[in-house]
Amino acid sequence: MTDVPDLECRALSKRFDSFEAVKAISFEVPKGSFFSILGPSGCGKTTLLRMIAGFQAPTSGDLRIKGRSVLDVPPNKRPVSMVFQHLALFPMMNIGANVGFGLRQRGVGKAQIKAQVDRVLERVGLAGVADRSVDSLSGGQKQRVAIARCMVLEPDVLLLDEPLGALDLKLREHMKIELKRLQSEFNTTFVYITHDQSEALVMSDQIAVMNRGVFEQIGTAKELYYEPKTAFVAGFVGEANKYRAKVSRANGKQLELLTEDGIALHGLDAGGGLRPGDAAQVFVRPEAIRLSRRAADTQDLGNASAGVVDSVLFNGANSQLILRDAANGAEISVALPQTGAFRDLNKGDTVYFGWEPEQTRCYRAEG
Amino acid sequence: MSKDGSRLGLILLMAPLLLWLVTLIILPHIGLFVVSLSEKVGVRTYETGFGNYAVFFTEPLYWNTFARTAYMSIMATALTLLIGFPVAYYIAKLTRGRSKTTLFLMCLIPFWVSELVRTFGWMILLRETGVLSSFLQYLGVINGPVEFLYNDFAIMTGLVYTSMLFMVVPLVTTLDSLDDSLIEAGYDLGASSLSILREIIIPHAMPGIVSGCIVVFMLSLGNYLTPILLGGKDSLWFTGLIYSQFITRFNWELGSAFGFLLLGLSSVIVFAALKLTGQSLGKTMGR
Amino acid sequence: MITGIPQSSTFKWTYRAYITLFFIYLALPLVTVCAFAFNDSVFPSMPWDGFTWDWFFGTETPRIGVFHERPILRSIVTSGFVAFWVASLSVLVGTCNAFLFVRHDFPGKSFLYILMLLPLIIPGIILGISILVFSSAIANRLEDATGLWFDGLRPGLILVILGQFSFITTFATLVISARLQKFDPSLEEAALNLGASKWGAIRSITLPFLFPAMAAAAVVAVLMSFENFNTTLMLVGSDAPLTVTMFDRLKLGSTPVLNAVSLLLMLASAALGLLSLVLRR
Repeated sequence: MTDVPDLECRALSKRFDSFEAVKAISFEVPKGSFFSILGPSGCGKTTLLRMIAGFQAPTSGDLRIKGRSVLDVPPNKRPVSMVFQHLALFPMMNIGANVGFGLRQRGVGKAQIKAQVDRVLERVGLAGVADRSVDSLSGGQKQRVAIARCMVLEPDVLLLDEPLGALDLKLREHMKIELKRLQSEFNTTFVYITHDQSEALVMSDQIAVMNRGVFEQIGTAKELYYEPKTAFVAGFVGEANKYRAKVSRANGKQLELLTEDGIALHGLDAGGGLRPGDAAQVFVRPEAIRLSRRAADTQDLGNASAGVVDSVLFNGANSQLILRDAANGAEISVALPQTGAFRDLNKGDTVYFGWEPEQTRCYRAEG
Repeated sequence: MSKDGSRLGLILLMAPLLLWLVTLIILPHIGLFVVSLSEKVGVRTYETGFGNYAVFFTEPLYWNTFARTAYMSIMATALTLLIGFPVAYYIAKLTRGRSKTTLFLMCLIPFWVSELVRTFGWMILLRETGVLSSFLQYLGVINGPVEFLYNDFAIMTGLVYTSMLFMVVPLVTTLDSLDDSLIEAGYDLGASSLSILREIIIPHAMPGIVSGCIVVFMLSLGNYLTPILLGGKDSLWFTGLIYSQFITRFNWELGSAFGFLLLGLSSVIVFAALKLTGQSLGKTMGR
Repeated sequence: MITGIPQSSTFKWTYRAYITLFFIYLALPLVTVCAFAFNDSVFPSMPWDGFTWDWFFGTETPRIGVFHERPILRSIVTSGFVAFWVASLSVLVGTCNAFLFVRHDFPGKSFLYILMLLPLIIPGIILGISILVFSSAIANRLEDATGLWFDGLRPGLILVILGQFSFITTFATLVISARLQKFDPSLEEAALNLGASKWGAIRSITLPFLFPAMAAAAVVAVLMSFENFNTTLMLVGSDAPLTVTMFDRLKLGSTPVLNAVSLLLMLASAALGLLSLVLRR
């Protein structure tokens, strides 16, 4: 057992004229893992992926696959395959010819190509479609053909460029599970880029959150969700209520802050190094907030207040309550507990709410 | 609106189309065919028969010219495709934005000018006292004036030149519609540039290739100006024969037969090209 | 643009050189024609004898410039007359055809569509002779039967107009159909819903939308009419349009006045062509 990572980037950079799309990114993807790069559009994730695939040459840095630098290897010789955003299945060929395309380029014999194509199609659950045209498949089936077309070549790394973006919501939910299953089935390293956090959270072993050409944080889904290291990650991954505040007292990691509206908050210094007088951004997850009809229940939570129900956004398990803080009129969204205890809550009702200082993550405000 | 009303509307809309097609396309061609079947046996007396077609097959000059015209037109079509394809690919895939528009316009502009003017340009370039001859003499490559006009090379140059637009435009249009990621996907899956060209680009561009080839072939076959002006009196182009039967010899019957043979040849080749490549006329021409 | 495929620099430069050569090939004959319009010699050929404006403004034989050369000026007027009628007729019929093919379904539609495309693949000279033969046959019959003369059916401008119209209409139909296909029918439905009559809706909503395409089709028709030669040659009578006049001059050998005409023609064509592109946006 060697611990050479399947994919390794060392200080990889890409500059377009005056614009630096990717800034000295370094990371490793261990063998057989599902690695996602999550970021808003324009963050540089597509450029990064195209550099890995070989369609763009890095300005500086190194790119290693299974420990070997591939900078000089053109894309048609790299041991990576890519599932394109719109899949790029060849409409001029049938499904079998699509899947067998790469093998044909390698000069594999006809009979062997057919056997391998049939086998890989069976593995993705599409046995017997080889002679059909690409257009005869549904969106989800096309997806699987695109993956089969790459997997038949047994690449060291499979790159996926937001392949679920074009699908409708229901199918997308289904394909998330499907993709994860295929990844463990083939036991191949997947590098997946997306701007959809739920895709990344559900499927990945590791996620890198990318913003403005750098990785803000690399970690598991849970780490990113519960312990975001930067304000960007805290705001981008999951829902959060945001405050701008000024640190009034600091005791190690324990902070006391005063919001712009003059509300006192107790929180945790998540970024590190906040001193009294510093401007901070404060994040509180909706589900961290506890609700009660009695003031006494929330009083001891460290942060407590009362609010008037502004609206109830009922959405089954994801229902939310929008409250207006009685003290300053600020809007707060709170996850509605599914116990039914608050089922009869109506617009205009007053409720009490509060949350622990540990759930109040504070970061240095930028700019 | 009542059903009768919309029916009337449909008939009114269809009237100009039918009037145009029937009086200017269908009936004249039937007329042409009828005339081609009539043989002159005396002053203003005619008999029906295939005599005019028999003349064509028994006179070697006629069918030699016919075969030569077909062969040269096919060559011109192939050459135009070979020369035009890389240019179309360059415009469609390797440029973008303003430079793409500029290059495309530069391709279009020469063809808004009359074919006569273009051919005239080649005459000035290629004739004995022309630019090419003088230039080569100046360079010392040749000693005296050389006539580059009035040969097959000159005809071919002119035909390819005059047809280029009709090849490049449909090619650019189809290549433009080829998703770049298909090319990248092919490359990513290990294909060489050559196999991408063969397996992805050419199959995708096929409708454009076919429509370009059909138009270019037809224009070359039916061309009169270029072969006559660049090839001279003895250019042996079939349209020249038709012209001389109609205008100089006033033998309309034989001329009509020739016309019908030319029409037959172009239809057969167009039809064969469509069948061979699995395209349809409506799909390739009706853009 | 495909930036992703790395290519050797030799290949890139060869490719660029090829493209450059191609455009030189395209420009060469046109530039030559223009250049010799200013050659101070009575033949449009080498050697270069210096610069002159004579072939535009000259008044004395043999140096008569375009602007004083009556036969050429007259043929330009003839061409303009033909082009005007061809453009008007083909845009009118083309618009009807576009509505017919885009908006209506009827039995035999695809057959008629193919028939409509046919003039594209019939050589121009055959269109010319078939119309010539057919109209002459009718004229002969009519004259035999009535004893009157039917000059309109003999070679002349009417036949030239009909001959050019017979294939230019196909182009007009394609250009106008393409635009009509992009029209959102719900706009017309909205007009109907707001109380407009069917014809009123078409006139106030659809036709204004189609207008750029109709204008572009008219410009294309004028261009094609002006430069048509094959069909025209077979149908022409005593009034020759410009291309036929120039062809006759060319066969005999001519002074650079032809270059001067060509230069003017090029400028006009380029302007009209650009106009048609702008209109089709």
